[in-house]
Amino acid sequence: MSDLPHPTAPRPTARATYRLAPVLRPRGAHRRLAGWLERSPRALRVFTTSERRSKERLFGCRMCGQCALPATGYACPMTCPKQLRNGPCGGVSPLGECEVYPGERCVWLIAHERAESAGRAADLARLQRPVDHRLAGTSSWVSYWLGRDEHLWTGDDGLAAPPAVHRPSVDLGLPRVRR
Amino acid sequence: MSARAGEARHPVPTPPPRLPAARGLRGALAAGRFAVTAEIGPPRGVDRTAITRSAALLRGWVDAANVTDNQGAHVRLSSLAGSLLAAEAGVEPVMQLTCRDRNRIALQSDLIAAATLGVPNVLLLTGDHPVFGDHPEAKPVFDLDSVQLVWAARTMRDDGLLLSGRPVDPRPGFLIGAVENPFAPPAGFRAARLGKKVAAGAEFCQTQFVFDVPAFARFMAEVADRGLDTRCAVLAGVGPIRSLRAYEFIRTKVPGVHVPDEVGRRLRGVPADRVAAEGVTLCVETIQALREIPGVAGVHVMAFGYERGIPEILERAGLERSARAG
Repeated sequence: MSDLPHPTAPRPTARATYRLAPVLRPRGAHRRLAGWLERSPRALRVFTTSERRSKERLFGCRMCGQCALPATGYACPMTCPKQLRNGPCGGVSPLGECEVYPGERCVWLIAHERAESAGRAADLARLQRPVDHRLAGTSSWVSYWLGRDEHLWTGDDGLAAPPAVHRPSVDLGLPRVRR
Repeated sequence: MSARAGEARHPVPTPPPRLPAARGLRGALAAGRFAVTAEIGPPRGVDRTAITRSAALLRGWVDAANVTDNQGAHVRLSSLAGSLLAAEAGVEPVMQLTCRDRNRIALQSDLIAAATLGVPNVLLLTGDHPVFGDHPEAKPVFDLDSVQLVWAARTMRDDGLLLSGRPVDPRPGFLIGAVENPFAPPAGFRAARLGKKVAAGAEFCQTQFVFDVPAFARFMAEVADRGLDTRCAVLAGVGPIRSLRAYEFIRTKVPGVHVPDEVGRRLRGVPADRVAAEGVTLCVETIQALREIPGVAGVHVMAFGYERGIPEILERAGLERSARAG
């Protein structure tokens, strides 16, 4: 199979993922681990590889490095052929098939069903901010534990007050952009 | 320079103040007049008359016309150039801009270009995947999605900022539009998805073809329930199906279009030489039905290769030219 994004249904059930998610939530131990990993390049490589392997297998993860799963019913939007972070697009067939890969179920439809079944449909109304492509291939768990993922999406549907498209800047150790 | 010198010699008396005429799409929406937009498909060739010809057929009949952006992922004259040609021919353009072929740098650059050259409206969409087009081997870009592009455009205009945080000075002033398909699954999420675009900054929305009016009315009821119709003008997409072949094509080959069986029955129920006329009549009836649905702010007529028929459709639907000719 080519490396192009392909709609991928998560292996674990919605119930299981929503139940297990709190285990990964940032806490003291996670923060300390993430901090140590960042100072230990070799350990970080090993950690990132195991994160990739497990998430690839479970969710079809493509290592965008900024995990949207908690807000998308744990169905990965990066497996959408258009990589929509705010899907689904208008091309979903009446049977729920992806327009690019007929016969395969639209991943955003899967996301909607899963979120709805867990009483989390409102999550899909949050606005997902643009992806930072510099993070591709990096560990999103480390970013999550260090609080860098906090503004990937808006806090609500954004209809009451116009939400800002900008995220507070993430320090990647890259040269600063002059404003 | 010379015009100014002329003015100095023969001062023109200041005209008495009067209410600005409700012109163009913004004017129609501000005045609460039922808006009409149509679509112009740019040519695949170096031919400025192609746009001018389509525009001449629509002039006076529509408040604005969309100029498509390499529609269906087929290479055509760019929508920016097409928009300028349409404006030159007297039709206010709605420049379509898709995320398919440009990253955020190019998208923002094209938005600045459009505003600088006086394009008053933009329609921002994700775009068809390249596999549907004439270059299926092309790299799909999709750096932003449609919600994020609308959001970026709103931020440029209202906050005077690029996605980088750098200032845009002076700011653009365009009207921002989006699209939505009320008929694609999940049915329960389509109004909410329009809500995302409204939250991001969409002020008008053109929909996919409406053939199933009751289903569209249900969508509009949910749009109104969420209070979206007061913040975003919904223009229902319509168009005539003028042959059984076109019916089959649009039913089976065009992603995201829902054509109820009733349409097929109507088209098959007339002699072969009357199918085109029946399709046009159906379109007229659809527009009339849409005008009765609360919250519908206008129609968007898509009649590829049949622009000459648009005036007849509008006239029969009771959308007179006089309101728009100005």
